[in-house]
Amino acid sequence: MPQSRPLRSLKVGDKAIIAQVNAEGELGRRIRDMGLVPGAEVEIVGRAPLKDPVALRLRGFTLSLRNNEADNILVATPEE
Amino acid sequence: MTNASQNVSAASAPGKEPGKGSGKDAALSTYTIALAGNPNAGKSTLFNALTGARTHVGNYPGITVEKKVGQVRTSDAVLNVVDLPGTYSLTAYSAEELVARDFLVEERPQAVVDVLNAGSLERNLYLAVQFLELGIPVVLGLNMMDEARKMGMVVDAKRLGELLGCPAVELVARTGTGVRELTAAATRLAKERQGRWKPVEISYGPDLDPVLAEMSAAIMTKSFLSSRYPARWVALKYLENDSQIRELGVQADPVLSAWLEERAAHVAAHLRTTLSTYPEAVIADYRYGFIASVLKGGVVTRDNLGDRLAFSDRLDQVLTHKLLGPVLMLGVLYLVYQITFTVGKVPMEWTQNLFALMAKLVEGALPEGLLRSLLVDGIIAGVGGVMGFVPLVMLIFLLIAFLEDSGYMARIAYMLDRVFRIFGLHGCSVMPFIISGGIAGGCAVPGVMASRTLRSPKERLATILTAPFMTCGAKLPVLILLASVFFPDSQAQVLFGMTLLGWAMALAVAWMLRSSMVRGEATPFVMELPPYRLPTWRGLAIHTWERTWQYMKKAGSMILAVSIVVWAAMTFPGVDEDKAASFEAAKAEIAAKIEAIEAPAAPGTAADSKDEAPALGSEAPAQGEEAATAQAAEPEGLDALKEKLADIEKREAAEGLSASLAGRLGASLEPLTRYAGFDWRTNIALVGGFAAKEVIISTLGTAYSLGKVDKDDAAPLAEMLSAEGLTVAGGLALMVFILLYSPCFPTVVAIGKETGSWKWSVFSMTFNTVFAYGLAVAVFQFGTRLF
Ligand SMILES: Nc1nc2c(ncn2[C@@H]2O[C@H](COP(=O)(O)OP(=O)(O)O)[C@@H](O)[C@H]2O)c(=O)[nH]1
Ligand SMILES: [Mg+2]
Repeated sequence: MPQSRPLRSLKVGDKAIIAQVNAEGELGRRIRDMGLVPGAEVEIVGRAPLKDPVALRLRGFTLSLRNNEADNILVATPEE
Repeated sequence: MTNASQNVSAASAPGKEPGKGSGKDAALSTYTIALAGNPNAGKSTLFNALTGARTHVGNYPGITVEKKVGQVRTSDAVLNVVDLPGTYSLTAYSAEELVARDFLVEERPQAVVDVLNAGSLERNLYLAVQFLELGIPVVLGLNMMDEARKMGMVVDAKRLGELLGCPAVELVARTGTGVRELTAAATRLAKERQGRWKPVEISYGPDLDPVLAEMSAAIMTKSFLSSRYPARWVALKYLENDSQIRELGVQADPVLSAWLEERAAHVAAHLRTTLSTYPEAVIADYRYGFIASVLKGGVVTRDNLGDRLAFSDRLDQVLTHKLLGPVLMLGVLYLVYQITFTVGKVPMEWTQNLFALMAKLVEGALPEGLLRSLLVDGIIAGVGGVMGFVPLVMLIFLLIAFLEDSGYMARIAYMLDRVFRIFGLHGCSVMPFIISGGIAGGCAVPGVMASRTLRSPKERLATILTAPFMTCGAKLPVLILLASVFFPDSQAQVLFGMTLLGWAMALAVAWMLRSSMVRGEATPFVMELPPYRLPTWRGLAIHTWERTWQYMKKAGSMILAVSIVVWAAMTFPGVDEDKAASFEAAKAEIAAKIEAIEAPAAPGTAADSKDEAPALGSEAPAQGEEAATAQAAEPEGLDALKEKLADIEKREAAEGLSASLAGRLGASLEPLTRYAGFDWRTNIALVGGFAAKEVIISTLGTAYSLGKVDKDDAAPLAEMLSAEGLTVAGGLALMVFILLYSPCFPTVVAIGKETGSWKWSVFSMTFNTVFAYGLAVAVFQFGTRLF
């Protein structure tokens, strides 16, 4: 059983699978519209110079979101 | 604003009018085709490939979302192509999404062309699925097939079309490949469906399907909102908490609407307790599930995803690097500024010279008087002042278009977001600030317009309202002049300080606004970082031209009226009759003296020249000598007299200005502005500066009886200002005030248009002026005690 943890805790280069999105309203809608729904594979491809927005790769494109927004997303990482 | 649609109906008229056009034309049917798609899918590129230059740009009524309409004529139809705003979804959260949805529902185009980026089909199809659920006839345009193919991706458009039940065409919008097939497919579909909608039903699983069925049945029996939306779609929107549909529902049938809301709330509660999820989440899951199953059904048969974005990723490793990234970004921003103002200066001088020439011609052709003054000092100076900026604005827009189309703009926002968020702004706020003069010398009009790239309304408003604090190119010469008078040894530092002050005040006021009048949660940053691409010349040219043309229209139409008003305020009512008479008398007296000096030479030459006109030129030197001897004899020489005459004229101009409306306003404001160290003459100049900031110098010149002061050679004014006892503290206060007070009129107009409300124009005029006054008083009072 893989563990769930916040997306924020991933490092650049890590891959994970979205487990849960705990955001409602506009933020939730935007996150989901972009394809961040449970089951989607994501990879952290970078962080901005001030560490804050994070850049993810999913479904063939690159998406950026802020850390506090990423906190609403739980991911499952394959156990190492 | 309805211009675009009117133009279209006018343009399509020949098709309906047998008398006009060829007989073949008369048989053509006209269809409206909407272009939709995710941002960066290549919609603009396709639109341009389809319609060429025959487009009309306007706005959707009431909001600032751009609406572009163009026309395509094929052998069997006329297509009016409407470019919908780029969106990821059809919810009611953003203006763009609402515009797209309302257009589809209200205008009922015969077909929608959904432009998809073949490289990220999964996400792009999310919008397509929503079109299909709405039932509108859809043609899928799989764009960027060149990229997809090159990187080893195999996509089967035909199979995709079969699975989704709509035509699908492969495209390379950039080269025009497939565009013909696309128009053919759209025309065929429009003919076939004749505007009928066929909603597609997607299963939303055991938790939602039953309740959706129950809700749609009730909606159907009551024909609830059925003239506009399919029943199941309405039910879905109730589950999704869609604010617009719920409002419409309450108006249409409050009882049914309440019942639907109750059902939706019930399901939501159930989902929360049993699965700790929300209806919206379930709906999105199933949509993506549906898309995944379609793509697995033989649509995408090979995809080396890693390779496809490898180039972009490698660039990002450098361009958004922890240390290199910000350094390179500063370099790029500096370059944008340098190119604009070194290259842009040349054509800007041409346009300014052109207007100067026009002014000269008019001056030569008309006798002195009100009409000439109106034309030269009012209209040509005012309109010329704004149009002089056109080359500069064009260049800025070209560079912005390059940054946007290449994908770098998104990276700038990404890197700076953390900083701007502190002040309640957004990473994308940086560009409007820079263009407005964040690197000294921009212009707030295109700056305010550049805020369009911001998709978050609150951050956008705060950006628009604070961008005019920057040191724009019109404030710059005024600040340079004042710096040279009051800080001759540290001009550069003072100017740099002013630029920094502009930034500090913009950010501070943005923060103030975002914690008071424009309060609210930060808009989510969730933003795509598109892959880097080399922009096309054609795309750049079209983007640049569209925006420049809008600037010219906006600034040009209003500035004419304002130039006239400002000119009138500075001319009327003028000096009273006695004064005017005494000036005339003084002038006449000196003119007579000049004539008297010139006279002795006159009789002889005049007599000779009657029959020997050509000889006049050769006699001129002799005449000059005679005048010289006369001058030596007379205590008042000819040159001195001429100077005296000019002096009187300057004094007359100054008196006229002080007696004008603007002058009286300046004088009546003096008790107030005294605390900031400004006298009435400065006040007049500041009032004039509302038309355009560079006017401040020339108005000061007139007020100080210096006649016309050229902004490139303002040394006499500088001397005068220090001689008239303006102190260092007063000078500094004046600089601060000029930096921060009301935006110039063209900017105020741009603010009104971009925010969609004149309320914000008025706000920026009053707030900025009061704010600037407060600071100026503080600087003056503090400075006077300090120095
Ligand atoms: N390789 C490739 N690039 C394209 C194609 N169509 C558009 N682009 C590029 O994709 C970028 C975004 O295009 P644009 O039309 O501005 O997208 P929009 O946001 O949907 O209007 C631009 O740099 C275009 O030059 C295409 O078919 N192939
Ligand atoms: Mg576009």
